[in-house]
Amino acid sequence: MFRLTWRSLLARKARLAMSTLAIVLGIGFLGGVLTFSSGLSTTFTGIIEGSTSDALVRPAGTASFEAVGAGSTATVSPDEVAALEALPEVARADGSVDGLGLYVLDPDDKLVGTGGAPTLAFNYAASPNMAGEPILELDGGRWPEADDEVALDTAAADNAGYELGDRVTVIPPGIDGSGPITRELELVGLAGFNGGAGTAGSTLVIFSTDGAQAMFLGGADVFTSVTLTAADGVTQAELVEAAGAALPAGYEAVTGDEVAEESQSAVGEFLGFIDIFLGTFAVIAVIVGGFIIANTFSILVAQRVRELALLRALGASRVQVRRSVLLEAGLTALVGSTLGLVLGLGLARGLAVLFGSFGLEINGAVLTLTPATVAAAYVVGLGVTLLSAYLPARRASRVAPVAAMREDTATPEQGLGRRTAVGVVLLVLGAGAAGAGVVGAPGNDALWIGAGAVVWVLTAAAISPVLGRPVLLGARRVFSAVFGTTGRLAGDNALRNPRRTGATASALMIGLTLVSAVGVLAASMAASTDKLVDDQFEADFLVQSPVFGSFPVAIGDQMAQVDGVAVLARQQGVLATVGDDEEPTYIVASDDAFGDVYDLTVTEGAAQPGAGQAVVSADTATERDLEVGSTLELGFPGADPVEVEVAGIIDDTPVAGPVNVGFDVLEEAGVRRVDTTLSVNTEPGSSSERVQAVQDELDEIVADLPIVAVQDKEEFADSITAQINQLLYIVYGLLALSVVIAVIGIVNTLSLSVLERTREIGLLRAVGLSRPRLRRMVTLESVTISLMGAVLGLALGLVIGVLLQRSLREDLSELALPWTSLVVFLAVSVLFGVVASILPAIRASRMNVLEAIATE
Amino acid sequence: MRTPAPRCQTRSMPETSTPEPRTAPRTEPAASARALTKVYGADQAQVRALDGVDVDLQRGEFTAIMGPSGSGKSTLMHCLAALDTPTSGEVVVDGTALGGLKDKDLTTLRREKVGFVFQAFNLIPTLTARENILLPLDLAGRKPDQEWFDEVVDAVGLRPRLGHRPSEMSGGQQQRVACARALVSRPAIVFADEPTGNLDSTSSAEVLGFLRRSVDELAQTVVMVTHDPVAASYTDRILFLADGRIVDELREPDRESVLERMGRLQTPAVPPQAG
Repeated sequence: MFRLTWRSLLARKARLAMSTLAIVLGIGFLGGVLTFSSGLSTTFTGIIEGSTSDALVRPAGTASFEAVGAGSTATVSPDEVAALEALPEVARADGSVDGLGLYVLDPDDKLVGTGGAPTLAFNYAASPNMAGEPILELDGGRWPEADDEVALDTAAADNAGYELGDRVTVIPPGIDGSGPITRELELVGLAGFNGGAGTAGSTLVIFSTDGAQAMFLGGADVFTSVTLTAADGVTQAELVEAAGAALPAGYEAVTGDEVAEESQSAVGEFLGFIDIFLGTFAVIAVIVGGFIIANTFSILVAQRVRELALLRALGASRVQVRRSVLLEAGLTALVGSTLGLVLGLGLARGLAVLFGSFGLEINGAVLTLTPATVAAAYVVGLGVTLLSAYLPARRASRVAPVAAMREDTATPEQGLGRRTAVGVVLLVLGAGAAGAGVVGAPGNDALWIGAGAVVWVLTAAAISPVLGRPVLLGARRVFSAVFGTTGRLAGDNALRNPRRTGATASALMIGLTLVSAVGVLAASMAASTDKLVDDQFEADFLVQSPVFGSFPVAIGDQMAQVDGVAVLARQQGVLATVGDDEEPTYIVASDDAFGDVYDLTVTEGAAQPGAGQAVVSADTATERDLEVGSTLELGFPGADPVEVEVAGIIDDTPVAGPVNVGFDVLEEAGVRRVDTTLSVNTEPGSSSERVQAVQDELDEIVADLPIVAVQDKEEFADSITAQINQLLYIVYGLLALSVVIAVIGIVNTLSLSVLERTREIGLLRAVGLSRPRLRRMVTLESVTISLMGAVLGLALGLVIGVLLQRSLREDLSELALPWTSLVVFLAVSVLFGVVASILPAIRASRMNVLEAIATE
Repeated sequence: MRTPAPRCQTRSMPETSTPEPRTAPRTEPAASARALTKVYGADQAQVRALDGVDVDLQRGEFTAIMGPSGSGKSTLMHCLAALDTPTSGEVVVDGTALGGLKDKDLTTLRREKVGFVFQAFNLIPTLTARENILLPLDLAGRKPDQEWFDEVVDAVGLRPRLGHRPSEMSGGQQQRVACARALVSRPAIVFADEPTGNLDSTSSAEVLGFLRRSVDELAQTVVMVTHDPVAASYTDRILFLADGRIVDELREPDRESVLERMGRLQTPAVPPQAG
């Protein structure tokens, strides 16, 4: 008897451990995301505040351009810097040269820092930051002195595999003529931002002042901006006010605080996006964990009915019974959340590695548990667990004392009628919301559908015992046909406690709903891209930068010389403010050849802008109330606004911009000429061998230049599909944790069911069920549960995905269903079912037949 | 094959005076044990549930095993039925020695040669009566012999209930389904562990009557563990166990003789020093 009690206690420990694991994983994910995002923001704050001086003198009105990385062509002379330094409030003034469009190549001619973080090139100046500390610190070597010397940030040099003394290959911006496109510089120093917080993936390229001027300003002895350091006792505001007396024309002075704030808000938007992106998956994981906890406690309570009834018979009040269950849940949550935080620290490092591989590197030292993260983990952990355990606890408190005396302790499951009725109403409401999104109700269509989807998923989870029944019946039929009695029994077992099976499968359903909805969107996106490329890709080849940057015009010059190239059209995307806008927009400048390659649909006027003219897209024309003959003001950083006349209106197309001008407009604004896209056509009627030969020659020109890629139609479509898939895999990876939690739920339910059916299993063994077949029975039950979750989830996701595509059909013109992926997901779910059953199956098969029969 | 062994013939077998028959019978017994010992626990906490039991269970006989609680009667049955492994000694079921058999072979042996009726929880709740009866054959992948199935079903009188699930049947009906299941694979021997322990007297009579008929009319071999003198009086032979040994045997019992023999056993069975 004692042995039995001890055994059941041990068994219960194991059961609680499984539901604790669900909490650990859910909270671990949450903690990891919070830790990572706070580390990210610490990193950026450190960099921004550590690299900003007391005040900055910069071209007026460039704040919004700076934020998106566009530069100005305005300059400051050394005399003007000296005039600023002469002011009594100014301790020192340092002229800065900030260079844009520089790329660093590693020894294998691959780009360094391709992950979206910028390459920051500038001259070294010893100016201190707002806190009076040096902005930059040397980790090794010395600061560059000669024109052909350079210092890199330590992390970038490490990643690229450069050591002090190596020759570093760079691609400078805008080289004219047909000389060599790359240049080599000697690496003389390794540096980093003060404080060692890292660079968040940015590549720092530090020149001497002369070197920077030679590289970016054609060797002129001028600067792009000036940093000011305040004299003792002078505030930032006083400094800025004083600087007003010596400001160069077209420049403004701003306080360091303001600059830092501007940078913070620019970064904040990006960080906010990452937070929401990762946070969504953490919330899903926590919700799935909640399902598992609720289910586990429901089963535990159901199995302890007799014990609870005895407590009631001995005089425990309902409140006491309920409290005891909730206390158990609370303790589980505390242990789970604590372990979850530990796991979270590990996961945060994993996320750091993941993001590091996309170029957003952060220093592991900033990944610490903040009080806010700890508090959030415990609050969410306790909250979700207690909420999940509340219903089971209430059911426990309703056990009648007389149940202790009854032979038959199985509490019959309440009818699902009312739940189903309410569920059907909610499903209809969800359909209403989703329908509103599809037909275009006021507000964001996708939001309507999203709301409908959330209602659907939650309702489907609640009435899954009813919704999933056909799946269970089907699985039983198939399994009994294939596996005979074993399969039949497995199917019956899954059908036995519809709520339990439903709750377990629902956890898996949630993850797979998202997987399949995202799959539909990704497939539609790929199909739409294919269609778009098919329709719009009129050139034989497109030459673009895979990192969405610009490249020197020399490349186009060389390509135009290739034998067999008939037409080469150039485009340069430029940021400019249009009309009265504050925020800059990407506008496109192109040459006349553009019209020879692309056949644009003209609504009104001309297809190509003449000198001082612009062609605008139909959308832009409507938005800004433009017609042929209207004038439009374009603003470029550090230059007077340029007025252009609208010469034509064209249909919106991805090959043209909202505003299209000639290169003369850029020249007038003093914007440096580079290319962002080249469209190349071979001579009409060229054989495919000839076309291939031309591509080979074009490839040869850019062979050593990873910033430029020559793509034909298929390669272009493939490269876009590859990007879509990369994002898709990240999403799948993040959803995987929810699926893992759901699998743990299956393990949990099966273990509890096996325990509950100890005598039945003993009987089956006694009348001749062999161990392998017993294991197969448990495995098939597990597969049945996972199939139910998968089928419900995939179907629901399919519907939601299709509706979302409908609502986004302006951008996602094509609907594609990822059938292959869906089949793969189904197969993977079956595999998960098999994996989940391993432990419970072994446990069932190890049961001693005799003890099993003798239980109770 | 299915010649009913008339009850009178069994009854007319000469009563052996020795409590533990050592002489080999003319036909091989359905099951037998030699020097069977089962020890639970270790060292001081050792319990000798069986202490050198020799027994032969003859074909076509209805045997009862009786004894006070803790006498080892259930252990004996479990060892004979290949549900439990003895500490030492030998068990032979239908000519197969169990010693050294792997779990897989034991499973097959239980499926093919042994039938079980337990005190409670005999049926799989998700299966109908018919499916429960056919379960051992299904598990063995064997086709049921329809004639035999009909005969067994009619003998237990459950034909109208075949489509019902256990929850739709009374306790007596459930036990009769269990009896039918035990017999359907035509096992060499059927073991029943307190089959009427949870039943009222009417249902008990139904179940015991059926077990009796299965021996008389269907030529089966049945061994039953029981406390109940009334249940025991249905059998051909009673083995009395005390402290892990067979201490007495009674042939052709009736209720009075069982009670008298039990009463006689009480006195030596509880010596002051016995644990």
